[in-house]
Amino acid sequence: MKYVTRLRVRRVYKWRGQPVSFNRKLKTQDFGSLAISVEGLPRTTIINTGQHILIEGGDEDSPYVARVIRLFGDESGKQKKAAVQWFVRVSEVPAPKLKLLGRESHPQEIFYYQGRGCDDEVDAESILRPVQVKHLDAAAPFPDSDDKDTFYVKLSWDSKTFKTVDAALVESQPAPASSPPPKDKPSLPPSPPCSPPAAAPASRAVSRRALPTPDPTIMRKAASGEVRYSRATMSAGRSAPIEAECLHSATKLSASKCLSAKRRNAAARTPGVRKKLQLSSPEKMIHQDVLSQLLDEDLEQEVMLAQRLSSSPPQTLSVTNSLSPLKKAHRAPGGLPDASLKPTVVINRLSGLDSPPSPTGDEATSPQQQLEVELQTPRRRQNTPRRTVGTRTEQKATTPSWRRETQSLKEPALEVLAEVENENSPVLLAATTPRSSKRKSAQLVSSRIRKQLNLVANQLDLNSDGEDEDEFLPSKKELESSEEDGEGGGLSSDEEVVEKRGRRAAAPRGRTRHMTRSSSRTPRKTPSRKLTPSTPRTPRHATPSIPSRTLAARQPTNVLEEARTRLHVSSVPESLPCREQEFQDIYSFVESKIIDGTGGCMYISGVPGTGKTATVHEVMRCLQHVADVDEIPPFNFVEINGMKMTDPHQAYVQILQKLTGQKATADHAAVLLEKRFSSPAPRQETTVLLVDELDLLWTRKQNVMYNLFDWPTRRHARLVVLTIANTMDLPERIMINRVASRLGLTRMSFQPYGFKQLQQIITSRLNKVKAFEEDALQLVSRKVAALSGDARRCLDICRRATEICEHSAPDPSATGLVGMSHVMEALDEMFSSPYITAIKCASVQEQLFLRAVIAEFRRLGLEEATFQQVFVQHQALCRVEGLGPVGVSEGRAACQRLGACRLLLLEPSRLGLLQRVRLNVSQDDVLYALKAD
Amino acid sequence: MSKRKVKDDHMPVGECITQVQSILRERFCHQKLPEKPQAVEAQHKHLLELLKRTAIHGESNSVLIVGPRGTGKTMLLKCVLRELLGDKEVQKNMLEVHLNGLLQTDDKIALKEITRQLHLENTVGDKVFGSFAENLSFLLEALKKGNRSSSRPVLFVLDEFDLFALHKNQTLLYNLFDVSQSAQAPIAVVGVTCRLDVLELLEKRVKSRFSHRQIHLVSSLTFTQYLERVRTQFSLPGSFPDAKFAQEWNASVKTLCEDKSVEEVLQRHFNSSKDFRSMHMLLMLCLSRVSVAKPTVNPSDLLEASRLCLSDAKADMLHGLSILELCLIIAMKHLNDVYEGEPFNLQMVHNEFKKFLQRKSNSMYNFEQPVVMKAFEHLQQLELIRPVDASSAKTQREYQLMRLMLDHSQIMEALQKYPQCPTDVKQWAMSAFG
Repeated sequence: MKYVTRLRVRRVYKWRGQPVSFNRKLKTQDFGSLAISVEGLPRTTIINTGQHILIEGGDEDSPYVARVIRLFGDESGKQKKAAVQWFVRVSEVPAPKLKLLGRESHPQEIFYYQGRGCDDEVDAESILRPVQVKHLDAAAPFPDSDDKDTFYVKLSWDSKTFKTVDAALVESQPAPASSPPPKDKPSLPPSPPCSPPAAAPASRAVSRRALPTPDPTIMRKAASGEVRYSRATMSAGRSAPIEAECLHSATKLSASKCLSAKRRNAAARTPGVRKKLQLSSPEKMIHQDVLSQLLDEDLEQEVMLAQRLSSSPPQTLSVTNSLSPLKKAHRAPGGLPDASLKPTVVINRLSGLDSPPSPTGDEATSPQQQLEVELQTPRRRQNTPRRTVGTRTEQKATTPSWRRETQSLKEPALEVLAEVENENSPVLLAATTPRSSKRKSAQLVSSRIRKQLNLVANQLDLNSDGEDEDEFLPSKKELESSEEDGEGGGLSSDEEVVEKRGRRAAAPRGRTRHMTRSSSRTPRKTPSRKLTPSTPRTPRHATPSIPSRTLAARQPTNVLEEARTRLHVSSVPESLPCREQEFQDIYSFVESKIIDGTGGCMYISGVPGTGKTATVHEVMRCLQHVADVDEIPPFNFVEINGMKMTDPHQAYVQILQKLTGQKATADHAAVLLEKRFSSPAPRQETTVLLVDELDLLWTRKQNVMYNLFDWPTRRHARLVVLTIANTMDLPERIMINRVASRLGLTRMSFQPYGFKQLQQIITSRLNKVKAFEEDALQLVSRKVAALSGDARRCLDICRRATEICEHSAPDPSATGLVGMSHVMEALDEMFSSPYITAIKCASVQEQLFLRAVIAEFRRLGLEEATFQQVFVQHQALCRVEGLGPVGVSEGRAACQRLGACRLLLLEPSRLGLLQRVRLNVSQDDVLYALKAD
Repeated sequence: MSKRKVKDDHMPVGECITQVQSILRERFCHQKLPEKPQAVEAQHKHLLELLKRTAIHGESNSVLIVGPRGTGKTMLLKCVLRELLGDKEVQKNMLEVHLNGLLQTDDKIALKEITRQLHLENTVGDKVFGSFAENLSFLLEALKKGNRSSSRPVLFVLDEFDLFALHKNQTLLYNLFDVSQSAQAPIAVVGVTCRLDVLELLEKRVKSRFSHRQIHLVSSLTFTQYLERVRTQFSLPGSFPDAKFAQEWNASVKTLCEDKSVEEVLQRHFNSSKDFRSMHMLLMLCLSRVSVAKPTVNPSDLLEASRLCLSDAKADMLHGLSILELCLIIAMKHLNDVYEGEPFNLQMVHNEFKKFLQRKSNSMYNFEQPVVMKAFEHLQQLELIRPVDASSAKTQREYQLMRLMLDHSQIMEALQKYPQCPTDVKQWAMSAFG
């Protein structure tokens, strides 16, 4: 494993003075000011309430701007929080929205943020330093100044529109250290104002409680403060990289892959990131849901991981929540490589956020904290995965907006330089991150997790390389991406697909890229990838397609043609009538499994043409729609059909390809799928697998079916399997016990349609196109219902009836409705037996031969005779009929002709005279047909 | 110009005969489609409309053309296609895939053939076509990507459709029908088969996806129609270069068809089979007797041709046998009569033959055992006799049980015609007791 050390700025955060007030209910203490000191430097920066500050975000160059409204901590002083009013940078406003501004924006312009869904409670340790924020009138020009630490506010931004903002809201008053009165209702764990919709599962609720969730409305009204410290200048290119940017190692990348869930967690907990995410999100309406969804998926993931590692879920939760302090720690300035490490420290730090607040004087805790910080830093050096978490977070937060803005590339070397500078500069003192105190309970868990991650990192860094490393540098990404596309070869377009999706989901691009990359190498690490269903092929493959037509297809011109189009089985109806109950059952089954994140099997049976597959597709369409508007978690839908594969084992190949786009042999695919469904993966979406024509997946050992039904029972699989076959008792008939048992008893049987239902189906398809007489429809439906109840048949007959109607009309333009006669004709065409006509139209000798066969059967009393026997009868009959004698060859020719159209069943003809003959039609039919003429 | 044309009208007889031969042979060998399919107008219209809708409206369809052999199924389809492709609009759009159940004996071969005929293999580039599974998913992918209005309709013609139903799982049929029933690339599946029970061959899910359109073809010809048919088939078209010769020829054909003996022969053929192929075979044999020396078809030609057509193959084979072999056959016939079709072995046959020789006292046919053995083997090679079961190969050849593959009547017929058949042998054959 490769460790790349880096310099970093470490900050120490301390409360200044005694608590101003104490909230008994929530056990929080409000403080007037916060002191930040950079380790190794004498200067201390004081942050007071009302001051404008920079808060670290994902983007090194443009930290978030906010104003401190309140500073508070728990009793023990472990947790330090700050309630803030956000300001939005130009770069954080989505580019399309900037047009609303109607003018060029000033680089130093910020907007008073009035949007919702932004966590206004931040960890005090993410505060970097104070800045100057000035209010300008809307009309006033921006002052000409190079001061990068002065921002100007003209307007407010509520994620939809820009409005002018009152100076009083923005400009902070010079506030004394013992600043504003604490609020009566401090909100340490405030409930989210725009919480996710009702569909949230239990785990979501947990995560919500654990996370400080925003309530922008509270802080908006807060009194204004003043920026006390104006900062030293910063260059625009790397304006606020107060913390040292780390050099990136392959190790980090690989670790980060496994940590994607945590990373996301951390990111979401960092208010800045959250805000950013929201701002860059194209779908303002739902970002909250997206986030919370992400959050709780992560959380669940964490829980799973932890459960595997230890048996104490509460501890796990603490691990989950402690990611942001960790990240902050890693950003602390002035870190030194050190080999002597104490894992416990890290663990403590990890559990920091979660520990119960305790009222402790900052004076008392500070020495200890100081010590911890010193201990921690070296630890961080070595604990690569942990560090990676931080890095990843930063990078993740480097959302598209950043990339859009800064095109300047930063070389790692330059970065180091900057770090050195930073370290020496007193500026750094402003942003110091104090350590929170620890809770021992989480130690075990986290250390295990860490081990695990180290292990994974070890595995992964073998195949990661410098290219990956570079990806950590957000500024280089643009460059990299083009290179990758070139050299990535087969992978590149795959990635793009995923990227597209990522963008659509407002997920940060960088992260998506990483996910893709890692998944293409080690599929099981990131199975959450969802390919767009339209391109399930690997890019290496050319796209096969039927060439498109040169002339456009004609549209139906008259009523009958229109009706015919609507009646075609392929036309997708608006709704599926007569299957409401089945629809509802399947829908609720799948929906509940998706929401719960569990798996299950369902067996659907029914004779062909009863709408099984159509109903399932309809359910999936609906669910997809619901998932699109974020009412349920997103899911993958994979469909395989036993008839559309050449061998049952191809099922694995197809499933894998549709899930991940990978190509593999059947055996390999089985292994990969096994891995995917049995190992916990971060943020895995539920997969809904539709297995059509299940009976064809039968093998002697039934291992394909066994696997299909076994996967859903795995804890991490999140697989819902819907199986379709024709026979109701298939599980009992062909499955061995262990397979049938896994299939379970969730069964559904589609009854053949009754005539009323068939009639309703046709009527709903026709949808007010008046082409049929009522009686005609009823005749068709009754006939089909009596025969099979197959809706396809019904539609086909109706279609044929329209044709007959069209052709029978004397004038093509004056076709009437399809009447009984037309339908009767169509029915006759489809249901009449061809045998009688065939016998009637057979040649004389053939008819005689059939007669001879019957005569011989009667003589023998058997239903079988040899040709020789029949031939004797045949010759006799010829004599009776007055026809000339018939040769053996001639007789055999007649026999063979009858055999070819299967009026007779014959043995192979090489048997010659000894060939046995049987009738394929009933004797009565033959006699009837022969008598008729 | 006109003079020259007049000159052209009188070609030498030899040239005319060559022309006649080539025109009529083309017709009889089914290389040239008739101008208009006869007696199947309704079916023709039905099929044409159906395929037109696929080609023009992009409507997917499936249809089966069912009828006994020689009723003109393929002819109908070809006529429809010819007419369909005459339409410019269709010609530009339609893709055709022709498969034959006798050639594409399994789905793998069929898929390769489909891919080849759709020219899809180019899209794969240099990649050699992989497994069957890959091929299938590739093709399905291609079809799935299309939609009703934008992709070119594909016409699948499956000749000997019933044989496709014997493929494993009927994968190909299922997929074709499934595509035709779903909103994918528009396809028309036309199956051609002679099996009337073809639908029973289809698995129920395949059957459900099939639209159940069947076009039944039967030859409901009467004898007068048959005669008329023969006449038109034999007549020269108006476009024949030598008008005078054509006129003469057509007149001679007309008189031929009116001849009583010819009518009798044709009646016999009509009774035997109504299928066009056998008629064409008969006419072909007549045609080949036409030469420069004899530029018309005589009734005797037709009689001779008919004799050739109806002659019994096995009986003809008996003519080539030696006396010994013939005697053995007769012995077998007697054994069959005595034991009512029970199998026999060489020893039994030889004994029977010896009995005959003893009665006759002259030792003209006194053959050694090995010679008789050789003759017996020869009969077996000609498949005039056949071992009862193949597993008895272990038993000594003399004792291997055999069955006679000839009918009583065939033997008698052969004896009548056998050149210089000794009377005593003939009598022995006639006699009821061996």
